[in-house]
Amino acid sequence: MVQVTLWGSLSAAAGGKDKLDIEAKDIRELFRKLAEQHPAFEPLLDRGIAVAIDGTIYRDTWSKELPPGAEIFLLPRLAGG
Amino acid sequence: MNFDPRYSGRSFSSVGTRPLRPDGVDKVTGRARYGADFNMAGQLVGRVLRSPHAHAIIKKIDTSKAEKLAGVKAVITAKDLPDLTDGDAGMFDTLDNCMARKKALYDGHAVAAVAAIDARTARQALKLIEVDYEVLPHVTDVDEAMQHHAPLINDAIFTEGLEEKPVKPSNVSKRTQYGHGDVHQGFAQADFVVERSFKTEQTHQGYIEPHACVASVNPDGTADLWVCTQGHFVYRQHCAQLLGLEVSKLRVTSSEIGGGFGGKTHVWAEPVALALSRKAGRPVKLVMTRDEVFRASGPTSATSIDVKIGARKDGTITAAEATLRYTCGPYAGMWAEIGAMTAFACYKLENVKTVGYEVLVNRPKTAAYRAPSAPMAAFAVESAVDELAKEIGIDPVEFRIKNAAQEGTRASYGPVYGPIGIGPTLEAVKEHPHMRAPLAQNQGRGMACGFWFNFGGQTCTDLNIGMDGTVSLAVGTVDVGGSRASLSLVAAEELGIDYSQVKAIVADTSSLGYNDMTDGSRGTFSSSMATISAARNAIKVLRERAAQMWDISVDDVAWEKGHAVAKGEKHGNLGKLSLKEIAAQSGKTGGPIAGHSELVADGAGVSFATHICDVEVDPETGSTRVIRYTVVQDAGKAVHPTYVEGQYQGGAAQGIGWALNEEYIYGKDGRLQNPGFLDYRIPVCSDLPMIDTQILEIPNPNHPYGVRGVGETSIVPPLAAIANAVSNAVGVRMSHIPMSPPRILAALEAEREG
Repeated sequence: MVQVTLWGSLSAAAGGKDKLDIEAKDIRELFRKLAEQHPAFEPLLDRGIAVAIDGTIYRDTWSKELPPGAEIFLLPRLAGG
Repeated sequence: MNFDPRYSGRSFSSVGTRPLRPDGVDKVTGRARYGADFNMAGQLVGRVLRSPHAHAIIKKIDTSKAEKLAGVKAVITAKDLPDLTDGDAGMFDTLDNCMARKKALYDGHAVAAVAAIDARTARQALKLIEVDYEVLPHVTDVDEAMQHHAPLINDAIFTEGLEEKPVKPSNVSKRTQYGHGDVHQGFAQADFVVERSFKTEQTHQGYIEPHACVASVNPDGTADLWVCTQGHFVYRQHCAQLLGLEVSKLRVTSSEIGGGFGGKTHVWAEPVALALSRKAGRPVKLVMTRDEVFRASGPTSATSIDVKIGARKDGTITAAEATLRYTCGPYAGMWAEIGAMTAFACYKLENVKTVGYEVLVNRPKTAAYRAPSAPMAAFAVESAVDELAKEIGIDPVEFRIKNAAQEGTRASYGPVYGPIGIGPTLEAVKEHPHMRAPLAQNQGRGMACGFWFNFGGQTCTDLNIGMDGTVSLAVGTVDVGGSRASLSLVAAEELGIDYSQVKAIVADTSSLGYNDMTDGSRGTFSSSMATISAARNAIKVLRERAAQMWDISVDDVAWEKGHAVAKGEKHGNLGKLSLKEIAAQSGKTGGPIAGHSELVADGAGVSFATHICDVEVDPETGSTRVIRYTVVQDAGKAVHPTYVEGQYQGGAAQGIGWALNEEYIYGKDGRLQNPGFLDYRIPVCSDLPMIDTQILEIPNPNHPYGVRGVGETSIVPPLAAIANAVSNAVGVRMSHIPMSPPRILAALEAEREG
């Protein structure tokens, strides 16, 4: 079980909650369960979400494991120059 | 990903040295081929007709006269670029921006295009196209666009991010909020509070090379695109989607690039060139003029920002708050959101709140510009931080050191930081001789901090070893800042050979797997990780071949300093085999020797910089001259320190132009008044002092060599550092960028009049 913190506009997709407890071993499972439990996440996942695990931001490594007790933070996928 | 990216703390032989750049001679002799230097047999000249109106309904377009003109081979409108975006709102905006459909949304918006046998005929044809416009009221100012009576740009935009969906559409596409703690409680604890509003005007990246491409679509559905871009694989994806082409049948080759800085991460003319070529049945070359680049490519946002920061007498910040309004052009964006995330990222704050508003205006579609959105937020925050330090009576560097984020700090945008470099850059600035250099009359000193995320992404690299022992390295990230040299150093380091034995190229989209573009300061970070992986895979093959040559087990072969070495006493008589010797025998030991890598290079470390700036302001003319400038930035590990210094200097130079001169000026008619380098003045060499640099190396734990991205962070502090310097020189807080002479004189006059 990991606790996931949602950034501002994401919490609306989770019915106003800013933290969710989800049973997930990696980012892929986290995203799948987020979409299952909160269908409003689907378009946001399509648009792109990054995951910060203990402060390190992952954009595409969906196989990245979520260590127990890690701080998991969902962020928008950013543009760069 | 079968690759361990963790930092190993190793020592280096090649990495960290400063060899000559491999592309240097071609560039200074004019042999290097940029976007407009490519030609195909039978190519036509493409030209685009652009709206003269800031906001207008396109009632009718009559192209019949242009089509009848001798020498015209194709005329296209939005009808020739049908909507194939399948509900992808972002791609639809890109399509509409490439060719207006129902409305022209800014001065310069493309409405039609022609392909003709020469430029003269193409220009004549544009004049024969009749467009019936119904001109609408327009809005270009960020604050005016938010007013309820402002002209509505898109009636399908209802502000996202509010608790309840609004009942009416508006020009605000999204509200976002970041932060933690309770700012009201924090401000109640403050002994000093600074609250101020700031504005920054829209600027362009100012790359020297305009957008240019040659497109050729064949009747069998295959196509070629030669183009100046920061990401040819991304351009391939976007063009294929917009044109209905199969991705693997569209081959995109990137040219050398004369600057991008985020502005070449987005397709503008390329789908138009492909559509013209498809209709004409011949290759089409389309090169933007400078006027078109200014009016119709992607500048950064204009902004309006309110900042409030409170601190105790001892210099501890108790609360920080900002409201950031950023223009997006006429399409929804996420520019204010990035500003809201970065604004207070340098600081350790218990109570922080930022709110961003994305604002639609009748200006060109905003694109990324080097650490997009962060410089404007840093300008506002770092100006207020400086002012607060002054009110408390504490040195501005000490004030920042006291409040700097560190490992374990919760960032204002959410996560907790790992090892970071803001503290060390501030300590280095405190000790830097620049801080003790004397200042004369009318001179002032300022300093400021800046933050950028950096990111990685999908990356694919091939490393091939020739039979003479030389190495070719094919990468898919466009070389915008010297990455071919840096990646050659990395390949040489891993293989244990000399840098001169490696030749790096940027491969086309049909020769290599997909690569994300060179943005987010990811080029060297990502492709160096893939190069290390490819080189290690090649070393596995080299060891196997050496084992064959010696007829021993591969488990007994190690790779040391460019040689295969037989391990163990039983192999004591075997001499080393060099890479060259193994390569020479490759035809007889299993064929070509190569290493390949495809991976997602995630885990880019965040980056911080602190800049110091001295200026002299002429109180009679308001003219400002930068007389001394120093950049201190964390690079993680500088692979090629000269290029890293170049990135630091380049970011500072662009920031100086942005701070002092550059600005999009619109007339009351909504038309851009200064679309050229005579009236939109970027700094030239004679405007700049020697920009001193200091590289700090705080290793990124998520890269084998500790590398962090370095390309973008250097443009974040300059607006604020220069504003603080000018404010100190003239004794008036400057709150509007650019600080052009008229604006400085107006501020001085306002101060005199009280």
